[in-house]
Amino acid sequence: MATNETSLPVDHGRRNFLNWFLGTSAGAFLVAVLYPVSRYLVPPEVEESTAHTVTLSVKTQELKANSGQIFRFGSQPAILIESPAGVVRAFSATCTHLGCIVQYRSDISQIWCACHNGHFDLNGKNIEGPPPKPLEEYVVNLRGDQIVVSKKG
Amino acid sequence: MELQTAKHGRLWIWLDERIGLGGFAKLAKKKEVPLHRHTFWYYFGGMTLFLFMIQVTTGILLLLYYRPSAGEAFESIQFLMTEVQFGWLIRSIHAWSANLMIFAMFIHLFSALLLHAYRRPREMTWLSGGGLLALSLGFGFTGYLLPWNELAFFATRVGTEIPGVLPVIGPFLRRLLRGGNDVTGATLTRFYGIHVAILPASVTLVLGLHLFLVQKHGMSRPLSVETNSEEKKAMPFFPNFFLRDLVGWLCALGLLAALAAYYPAELGKKADPFQPAPIGIKPEWYFMAMFQTLKLLPSHILGIEGELLGVLGFGIVGVVLIAVPFLDRSSGLGKTATRLAAAFGFTLIVYSVILTYLGYTMNPTK
Repeated sequence: MATNETSLPVDHGRRNFLNWFLGTSAGAFLVAVLYPVSRYLVPPEVEESTAHTVTLSVKTQELKANSGQIFRFGSQPAILIESPAGVVRAFSATCTHLGCIVQYRSDISQIWCACHNGHFDLNGKNIEGPPPKPLEEYVVNLRGDQIVVSKKG
Repeated sequence: MELQTAKHGRLWIWLDERIGLGGFAKLAKKKEVPLHRHTFWYYFGGMTLFLFMIQVTTGILLLLYYRPSAGEAFESIQFLMTEVQFGWLIRSIHAWSANLMIFAMFIHLFSALLLHAYRRPREMTWLSGGGLLALSLGFGFTGYLLPWNELAFFATRVGTEIPGVLPVIGPFLRRLLRGGNDVTGATLTRFYGIHVAILPASVTLVLGLHLFLVQKHGMSRPLSVETNSEEKKAMPFFPNFFLRDLVGWLCALGLLAALAAYYPAELGKKADPFQPAPIGIKPEWYFMAMFQTLKLLPSHILGIEGELLGVLGFGIVGVVLIAVPFLDRSSGLGKTATRLAAAFGFTLIVYSVILTYLGYTMNPTK
């Protein structure tokens, strides 16, 4: 009995150590499982198209005043518009509100997003509804009958 | 033994010895349903469960034809709707049953909230119910994309953009949800996995807990009934209440069949990531109030972007809803916290109904 009592503190230490050892092993095991799974869930970065310039398939003579159309700018949608006065401009077509794709409305001569009724003027500026920022504007160059759109700067 | 054989068949006895049927029988006999003027609301939990079972069954059937890729999803459903015998019916039942299930779930939620069924010791039942609601909305959101049509594409673009407006973690969450920077075939595959594996597994666990807790605590009596201290009338669950449940389920099935036959699920146009969002685009009805709120919020409120405030607002309402049992800890008739909980429930219902109504009636082009 007496020896048991004296050995109690030692047992305690041993038990504590074993508990600590078991706890950290379990923790390490969990980390070893969860880390690869969490990394697996995050999709890898895919090289975005680095093209800063695109030549559109549509020709200048096919453009009509007071109209707009969506085109591919790399992997992103963009919109080419010709104002009623005949000025050609291009913007990102991704609405700055919640990412829908905008369209040109000839009845009001504005760029418009159907999702949450956001309005942008012919300079891409947000003028009505929830969009918080203007649309990103691209540079349009007309080379003969070709339309070349590039990023600013 | 002789007596037992007379009462039950030999098969019962054989099974009872091996799996303990007697225990289940005892449990079924013990379970009671309180009878009072609010008893009607007890039907909606079981109704939600019934519609969920229909979802599982029809969902498994749809899996046999569905192909989860951007190139084939739309076409596989087109094939299912036009070529496969009764394919249109199975898909329509799946779509309608989803809507009815969410509807029944909302009734179940608001009746539990307004009758204060969340009060001690049922806080965990309330929390697990909240978890089931979140999982069901997740089912609705991920399932909506699977046909890969125009509406689904934009609903997903907007829906995955919503967590994206949060500061710091927003862009990461958006990428995680979409399986990339944009809504593409990768998103479709991801949503498919979530819809048919991750969510069903999670629902099984949480639903198991929810049902276990309902058995453990029994059904809650509303405060007004509990404090009235009249004799507590009750009805045996089995077979009395269960048979009434079955009548309710039969009615739901009739409604479901009628809706599926007269208003079969539509497919629309295939998604095109380089086309503008169609005029009059709408989410499912249960997201309509949130959708309309985001539409009506101005671009900036006190210098903060409107949609960020909107998203934070939805988050706060969700947290308050989940936390109701802990905000109203000692429920009692006439107590301020209990009254506030009821007022919160009523406000939420009125707000959702008005905004949903506006969402369906306001001219989308103005």
